[in-house]
Amino acid sequence: MFLPDLQSTLKAAQEIAETIHAGQVVYLHGELGAGKTSFVQGLLRAWGYHGAVKSPTYTLVEPYEFSQFTVYHFDLYRLKDPAELGFMGVEEYFSPESICLIEWPERAEGYLPKADCIIELSYDGEGRDLKFVKSS
Amino acid sequence: MLVLGIETSCDETGVALYSSEKGLVDHLYYTQVRTHVEYGGVVPEIASRDHIQKLSPLVQTLFERAKCDISQVDGVAYTAGPGLAGALLVGAAFARSFAFARSIPAVAIHHMEGHLLAPFLEAQQPNFPFLALLVSGGHTLIVKVSAIGDYQILGESLDDAAGEAFDKTARLMGLGYPGGPALAKLAEAGNPQAFKLPRPMLDREDFNFSFSGLKTAVAHLIQKNPEILISAKADLAASFQAAVIDTLIAKCARALKATGLKQLVVSGGVSANQYLRQQLDSQLEAIGAKAFYPRLEFCTDNGAMIAYAGYLRLKVGQARDLDFSVRARWGLDELKG
Repeated sequence: MFLPDLQSTLKAAQEIAETIHAGQVVYLHGELGAGKTSFVQGLLRAWGYHGAVKSPTYTLVEPYEFSQFTVYHFDLYRLKDPAELGFMGVEEYFSPESICLIEWPERAEGYLPKADCIIELSYDGEGRDLKFVKSS
Repeated sequence: MLVLGIETSCDETGVALYSSEKGLVDHLYYTQVRTHVEYGGVVPEIASRDHIQKLSPLVQTLFERAKCDISQVDGVAYTAGPGLAGALLVGAAFARSFAFARSIPAVAIHHMEGHLLAPFLEAQQPNFPFLALLVSGGHTLIVKVSAIGDYQILGESLDDAAGEAFDKTARLMGLGYPGGPALAKLAEAGNPQAFKLPRPMLDREDFNFSFSGLKTAVAHLIQKNPEILISAKADLAASFQAAVIDTLIAKCARALKATGLKQLVVSGGVSANQYLRQQLDSQLEAIGAKAFYPRLEFCTDNGAMIAYAGYLRLKVGQARDLDFSVRARWGLDELKG
């Protein structure tokens, strides 16, 4: 799907949000600036969060509480060794009551649950290309 | 009163001793140890595990260097948030246990309050009320400071923090990661007008920032013409830096005008940026205002600012019960005096 601008990224995310449920894991692939965090913002908006969405580059994970579930937004770029996830107590984040949105999942290969949904964003001229794969 | 300060919110382990009589007694931090203390090992990537290993020996060294005994400590201050929960817990547990063992009070400190008060460790200090720009890898905030604990957030970044934009753009330019300081160094040799980059959110009346689009603008420039990373790398760095800093200064000037304040405290990692300091000093002078900064080593995370904030809070009898918790997310405006 071609996304000409930020607004269309947010809109696409809002549509996809309806297909994501508690207990699921979403991987977000894409280069720096491809729009992963903007996409997450679109998902969170669809679920009813309207505040600022910051990339958890430094904190690695940001929680967002909703009445039905908790969303954990991960950015694993800074992981040097996937084993470090163990020190974060990462397994506690994956539960039937949570939705985990994971940027840079490739940094933690073998240490994360399988994705229920994979989002791939890439540059396409001034706009972006979105690929969306649902595996469950 | 002698206060031990503990900072473990991200990936720097900072410890310090602040005395009501002598001021800052001494301080140490792990990533850029001031002295020749050799700890070795890798720079911590995920902090909690490393904090556990580093904190205790660091505190021991601090007392040895300061020629103090732990029996002289009257209170312990620790960063309780915001930050990485696991990392915060290490400092909180250490500080609480230390205080319990010595039967002295412990006080939980907001990390950003520490940054906000860091210029008070210097000879040149602002008077209340003042405006503060807190600008680091994790935060970009404009705060109205009426008194200790009376903080009103006027504006903040809606996406990437300014320091984060520096680090991410440095990554795009192949300067390593985190490469913010390397980008700033490279910018010294460049022309800040060489590339036209957006000044995000300047058209909006509010005091909020958005730096994510600037990073994307740089990505587009590189994509269109990868040559510029060879032919005009310094110009690109300078143009990017100017775009961030122009925006920061414009919003601060606007907030100073709106509040009628004349003093601006600038703190956090990005406040070490020399271009920011030069530009701010000259532009604030033009509007009859003045900027206050911490010394360079206290721009980044450190124990000294936590010890000082702790001293102020312990002085008025604030301390925490034995139980403790940390807060990964914690608004500065939730604090009280």
